[in-house]
Amino acid sequence: MFGAGGGTSSYREVEETDVIFLWGANARENHPIFFHHVLKAVHNGARLYAMDPRRTVSAQWADEWLGLNVGSDIALSNAMAREIIHAGLANEAFIRRATTGFDAYRKGVERYTLEYAEQETGVPADVIRRAAHAYARADRAMICWTLGITEHHNAVDNVLSLINLALLTGHVGRYGSGVNPLRGQNNVQGGGDMGAIPNRVVGFQDWTTDAAIRQKFEKAWGVKLKPEYGKNLTQMFEAMDHGEMRALYAIGENPAQSEADQNRTERLLTGLEHLVVQDIFLTRTAELASVVLPASSSWCEAEGTVTNSERRVQRLRKALEPPKGARDDMWIISEIARRLGCDWGQPSAEEVWNEVRSLAPMFAGMSYARLDKEGGLHWPCYDENHPGELFLHWRLWKDPIEGPPAPFSVVEHDPPLERPDAEYPFQLTTGRRLDSYNTGVQTGGFTSPLRRGESLDMSPEDAARLGLMDGDPVRVTSRRGSLVTPVRIDRSLRAGLVFMTLHFQDEVKTNVLTVDYTDPKSGTAEFKACAVRVEAIRAAPVRAAAPRAPDSAP
Amino acid sequence: MDLHLLNAEPTAEEREAVDAFLGAPASGWDGGARISRDNHTAAGGHAARGRRHLLLPAFHAVQSRVGWISEGALNYVCERLTIPPADAYGVATFYALLSTVPRPKRVVHVCDDIACRCKGAEKLCAELERKVGPAYHYGPDGDHHEIPEDGAVWLRSPCLGLCDQAPAALVTIAGTSPVERLFGDVTVAKVSEVLRGELRSTSDPHPRIPQAGDDSLRLLRRVDVVDPSSLDDYRSRGGYQALRRACDMGPEAVIREVSDAKLLGRGGAAFPTGRKWDAVAKQPVRPHYLICNADESEPGTFKDRAIMEGDPFAVVEAMTIAAYATSCEQGYIYLRGEYPLAHQRLQHAIDTATNRGFLGTNILGHGFSFEIEIRKGGGAYICGEETAIFNSIEGFRGEPRNKPPFPVQSGVFHKPTVINNVETLVNVLEILRIGGPAYAKIGTEGSAGTRLFCLSGCVTRPGTYEVPHGATLRRLLEMAGGVAGGRPLQAILLGGAAGGFVRPDELDIPLSFEGARTAQATLGSGVIMVFDDTVDLMDMILRIAAFFRDESCGQCVPCRVGTVRQEEALYRLKAGRARGGAGAEVALLEEIGLAMKDASICGLGQTAYNAVESAVKRLKLFEKAAAK
Repeated sequence: MFGAGGGTSSYREVEETDVIFLWGANARENHPIFFHHVLKAVHNGARLYAMDPRRTVSAQWADEWLGLNVGSDIALSNAMAREIIHAGLANEAFIRRATTGFDAYRKGVERYTLEYAEQETGVPADVIRRAAHAYARADRAMICWTLGITEHHNAVDNVLSLINLALLTGHVGRYGSGVNPLRGQNNVQGGGDMGAIPNRVVGFQDWTTDAAIRQKFEKAWGVKLKPEYGKNLTQMFEAMDHGEMRALYAIGENPAQSEADQNRTERLLTGLEHLVVQDIFLTRTAELASVVLPASSSWCEAEGTVTNSERRVQRLRKALEPPKGARDDMWIISEIARRLGCDWGQPSAEEVWNEVRSLAPMFAGMSYARLDKEGGLHWPCYDENHPGELFLHWRLWKDPIEGPPAPFSVVEHDPPLERPDAEYPFQLTTGRRLDSYNTGVQTGGFTSPLRRGESLDMSPEDAARLGLMDGDPVRVTSRRGSLVTPVRIDRSLRAGLVFMTLHFQDEVKTNVLTVDYTDPKSGTAEFKACAVRVEAIRAAPVRAAAPRAPDSAP
Repeated sequence: MDLHLLNAEPTAEEREAVDAFLGAPASGWDGGARISRDNHTAAGGHAARGRRHLLLPAFHAVQSRVGWISEGALNYVCERLTIPPADAYGVATFYALLSTVPRPKRVVHVCDDIACRCKGAEKLCAELERKVGPAYHYGPDGDHHEIPEDGAVWLRSPCLGLCDQAPAALVTIAGTSPVERLFGDVTVAKVSEVLRGELRSTSDPHPRIPQAGDDSLRLLRRVDVVDPSSLDDYRSRGGYQALRRACDMGPEAVIREVSDAKLLGRGGAAFPTGRKWDAVAKQPVRPHYLICNADESEPGTFKDRAIMEGDPFAVVEAMTIAAYATSCEQGYIYLRGEYPLAHQRLQHAIDTATNRGFLGTNILGHGFSFEIEIRKGGGAYICGEETAIFNSIEGFRGEPRNKPPFPVQSGVFHKPTVINNVETLVNVLEILRIGGPAYAKIGTEGSAGTRLFCLSGCVTRPGTYEVPHGATLRRLLEMAGGVAGGRPLQAILLGGAAGGFVRPDELDIPLSFEGARTAQATLGSGVIMVFDDTVDLMDMILRIAAFFRDESCGQCVPCRVGTVRQEEALYRLKAGRARGGAGAEVALLEEIGLAMKDASICGLGQTAYNAVESAVKRLKLFEKAAAK
């Protein structure tokens, strides 16, 4: 709805809001810095609601935990919307003035009664109702989400369903009210800002639909731009599968272990004619590469900027020389360009940044001098006198609004594509833990007192039924692959639901189990839901006490 | 902090003890069996964390049922109250009356503190060691005694507040009907009997009020005269007239009377009570809380116990008046854990007053509401410090807070709080009876009203005495019949362990705030502990130093380290192993004492050197040694 991809609110607002929906986000473990702001809010009296199939440590902090079934988010959000409408809690003035498509939306959610939602999500109707009322009645309220929303085959619909709730209640565009995807890395936001996404160039500008933008970039860069989007990661692998894509240049990415259906991923990567990996670690992907370009670490060995979850662009400064042989990313890219016949020279980080400012209006006002002096600035920041915007979309509260109205989107509940059945009776969902990060490339190199290694987390009820004790090895099998891992009994899970991470890919290849059904709109795979079978691996029978000749010894 | 519950399970007995206090678990997330609703929802958050204040009472419930708090019990309490076990363990280990290591159900705590030492506590303990066995010890590394088969042990204890009947002991018997009894005039025979579970030869203490029945008494007028369990008896002696007067006057007028009376707090800080009440009454933040500080733990102090045991309705009435004047709807009596009889009588008084409309809603038809809850301390001297009480009530370690903010702005649950000790509150009844200006005329110019003193040690008639401010030490000593057995007086400890020693030639010190100040002494909590010529003062000072070392909460460095260093230096002096000579040790003591005084967060550290200092400077105790 809002065009540029970024959270609408600042951290300060999180601390001063009244109701927080933490939806599909175990921020306590996975966004610990952000969660500190949530905790400040909680200590200030804000009420916290956690929507998550597991009762995570984040959910333990919540006033109410809504333990929905995996992938039933839209059933829950639409039912909340219906309840808000029927209870007369919708912000009708805001809807009239600042949105479009409400009538269709209202009709669309009408079938999502609380009873239906209870049946689909498992969450008791009274709890759904209470949460809906709390959100709608709050003076300020925020929805924060992460991969529990987006790692589904209908990721974009999930996000839209949450944005609908914000539009319905007017909880966007005001101080303390907003919708916020939490960013998993310090600079995920910055990557998108800089155009490291297939459908936008720097500053979230669409060169395919807007001729003026295309001409601006063509003029600046001195090349013709094809008016078509690039491929997202999923499409790239499809292209590899079809033999259409034969070379890959991976920068700071470890798809060999981070992608769903790992066996297929590895087959496709090894089948490439040429694979270049630029990374600070020799990742599994790098091991498969034709050429590895050792890069420098951007947070301490390079100059540049970083954008955090609250859209604040901040300076990074070089503190260390990179190890011998490792090079700055910018140097590597410029050097490749030079050898390919485009001599860009060796621009400094500030020169590159100033080019960004000249081409992307949302960064135009952010000079290095200002970033230094003001401790970073929130985008958009259109000129040197613009203070940056603490929260986005205030324009929706102008009367009449500035710019286009925000559209409601009719979205329907669409459960995960692979659901448990007689053969694969467990719902496997995946996630992350506090002290590890994704495939472990960045975190496997140091020890942590909390790190336990990979396990299949399982409810006490299931463990008892299968006769499993904590630590017993089990075989986990999906339609795509199979692995062995110890079981860990975890009360945060209910019967039928099991959980794994992808942190220990060298030992336990969790992604051989996951499905690669992807959302056609975002390209994200449904890491959060697949069906598996769990079998106890019985210890070998105790040998007879009588000594035997070691005839079978190697 | 995240929960991180343990894997330990409670026993059926422990679970029962907790559930009896907290009620049955509401869900599988609350320690109960998991039901299908628990698969998809859990309540928690503010409501669950709001139950944190039930932690200490829940621990008491386990302790009094089982005798100690196992890992399983701790975990279960934590699950029920949404508290991380690591955090709760810090609370459990803070209190001496709670045990986190195995302890049998029958325990006798034998006081070996200063007053009881005057009465042969050391000899008693030595005899117990010989005849019953060594004092129970359970260390963390297997360094412990087996729990005896008969399940009964004895322990040494700091002052139990029964100094008028020294030597004293407290017996606790855990079980479904737990027994707690404080008893005096302890003998080996009595301890042995109690250890066998026989309580015949012990009885609840009877307050010793040598002036009982004297018409001139104001605070003690009903103590040892009325039936403490009878509201009618209380009312027949003027009870609840003060509350009626208060309600007729209105809250502002009550505060004005208290201000006019020039009532100063009896807890030690001598803060004007009227000003405190006025400050809370004017706070716009709601709710307001009232706390009666009944954590009387200063060694040698037992006057508040005399009132609570002998005239419990007076405490309840005085609190109701304070609550009325300052708009508090909830009051707490923070009562030291070693006063089971006071607990029982106060609870009875609260229940009776509630039944008869003196507590609860619409009191006396005046439209105001007030409830009182007793919070039992856990055997921690520091919890007599007002901000430590707040933390203790809230379910945290009883560590004092920094001031400001002051309690009148941000006290218990971070709301405006009136906190007064028992004696201060009871004075309010007298103020309303005779009027503020008349009350102000009692005593001296700077110290209005009468004052309670606790006479103990080597004195003929130990007990609680009431005199107008300004009476001399000599007068008090005479009232108590002088030094027992007519022996020569060696020294008097005035004001408690946090007070100081005075010499026999200083008996004309007038006992008023200003009189004590002029004499560079303090009235403290009204302790007058008498030592005759046979008492080993060095032993007393060491016991005081050990007391402070043991009771330091450990939060701030000057006190945590200083109290240890002070005790060590005293030990060296006593053992004749002074480093660099006695003079150097005395200088070191002075330096440590100053550091504690200047830099400690609360009064404990600030006064931990007082007694030692007075021994050095007033009694010249080390002069002979230093001269060597």
